[in-house]
Amino acid sequence: MSRAHAAPADDARAAHVDYLLQLADTSLVLGQRLGELLGHAPALEEDLGLANISLDLMGQARLLLTHAGTLEGRGRTEDQLAFLRTEREFRNLALAELPNGDFAQTIARQVLIDAYQLELYERLQQSSDGQLAAIAGKAVKETRYHLRFSGGWLVRLGDGTEESHRRAQRALDLLWPYTCEFFDEQPEDHALQRLGVAPPLTELEPHWSAAVDDILREATLVRPVKTPFRWYGRRGVHTEHLGHMLTDMQYMQRTYPGAEW
Amino acid sequence: MVSTAPTLASAEATAWTALHAVADPEIPVLSVVDLGLVRFIKFDESGQIEVGLSPTYSGCPAMTVIRGAVIAALRAAGFSHPRVTELLAPPWTSDWLSAEGREKLRRYGIAPPAHAVDSPRSLWLQAPAVQCPVCASAATEELSRFGSTPCKALYRCKSCLEPFEYFKCI
Repeated sequence: MSRAHAAPADDARAAHVDYLLQLADTSLVLGQRLGELLGHAPALEEDLGLANISLDLMGQARLLLTHAGTLEGRGRTEDQLAFLRTEREFRNLALAELPNGDFAQTIARQVLIDAYQLELYERLQQSSDGQLAAIAGKAVKETRYHLRFSGGWLVRLGDGTEESHRRAQRALDLLWPYTCEFFDEQPEDHALQRLGVAPPLTELEPHWSAAVDDILREATLVRPVKTPFRWYGRRGVHTEHLGHMLTDMQYMQRTYPGAEW
Repeated sequence: MVSTAPTLASAEATAWTALHAVADPEIPVLSVVDLGLVRFIKFDESGQIEVGLSPTYSGCPAMTVIRGAVIAALRAAGFSHPRVTELLAPPWTSDWLSAEGREKLRRYGIAPPAHAVDSPRSLWLQAPAVQCPVCASAATEELSRFGSTPCKALYRCKSCLEPFEYFKCI
C-alpha cells in the first residue's frame, strides 16, 4: 500500500514511531560508540565515566525502542529493532555515529549531544505521549550528569595545555557542521508538535546555544561559524561510519539470528 | 468482606517482610525496600499479589536480577503467582532511600546521598558536601563523578585519606 492511500491516523502513527526511533537510535548509536572505549579510555576514571554514560544511553534506547515497537504494532522487539534494521533504517543524528577520534573529539561530540538531549528530554516530560514523558523523566536526570562530565572535560581540555586546546578546537570545528540537523524541522515534526508529542525544535535552539556557549566561554574555545553543510541522519542518510559500526554491533544477531543467552 | 480484610492485611505484611529480605545485587547491605524501589503491593480480586517496582537508572543491569529475586522471595513466602510491574513514572530518586537504608549505607562504607537536585538547570553547582563514612570528616574531595556503578561517584577523604564511594543524588 502506498503512503498516499494510508489513512491520516496511520501517517500520524508512522511519524510517531519514526520520532521514537530518532530518539532511541541517537542514544543507541552514541552508547555503542562510547562502549568501544571500554578498557581504552585515557584513565580509569574516564573509562568508568564513559562506560556509565554508555549504560544510561543503552537503557534509554531500550525503553524507547520497546515503546516504538509496541506503538508500531508489528511485534518487533527492542532487540529486533536494534540488531535487524539496516543502515538506512537508522534514524540517529549523524553526529552520534562519528568515530571517537581522540579524547577531545569524543568529549566534544558528547557535549553537543548531551546539551541537546537535556533540552529535549526536559520538554518531553510534558509530551502527550505518556510513556515517552515517563522515559524522558528518567533520562533528563541521567543526562544532567552526562553534561556535567562532558562539559567539565571540555573546559579542562580547552583551558588546559596548548596541545589540548588545539585538539579541542579542532574537534569542535570538525563536528559543529553536524549540529545543523538538531533544529531543522521536517513536515513530520510539525504534525507531531500539533499532537503535543514533540516540542518545537526552533524553541530548543536558543537554549541549547546558550548552554553550549557557556561551556565554550569557560573552555576558551571559539564557537565555529554556521556553514551551508547539511547532513540528515534523522532521515536515514548516514555517513560512511554507521555501516561499519553496525557490522560490529549487529554481528551476533546477523550470524546467529535469534540467539539468546 | 469483613472477614477477608484482616487476611489481606496480614498477607501484605508477609509480603513486606519477604521484600525486606531481598538484597540489592550491587549493594547487598540494602534491601529493595531500603532503596525505595517498592512502590506498591496490591492484590487483585482473586487474591494474586502484584508488586510495583521502580527502576533506578534506565540502564541499570541489576533490574532483571532484582525482578527475579522479588518473584522468588514472594513465591517462597507462599504467594503462588506474584506479578511485578515496572513503574517509570514518577522517576525513582535517591530521596526515596529510607532513613534506615542511609544508615546502613554509611556503616557499609558508602556515603549516603545528599538532597536531590530537582532542577535540571543547576548544572554547574558545586559538588555536594559529602561526609567521609569512615572518619566523619567533612574535608572530602570528588575524584570522579562516576564509580563502579552508575549510582555511585568516587571520593577521597582528605583527613583520613581513605577513598570511598558516594551514592549520588538523582
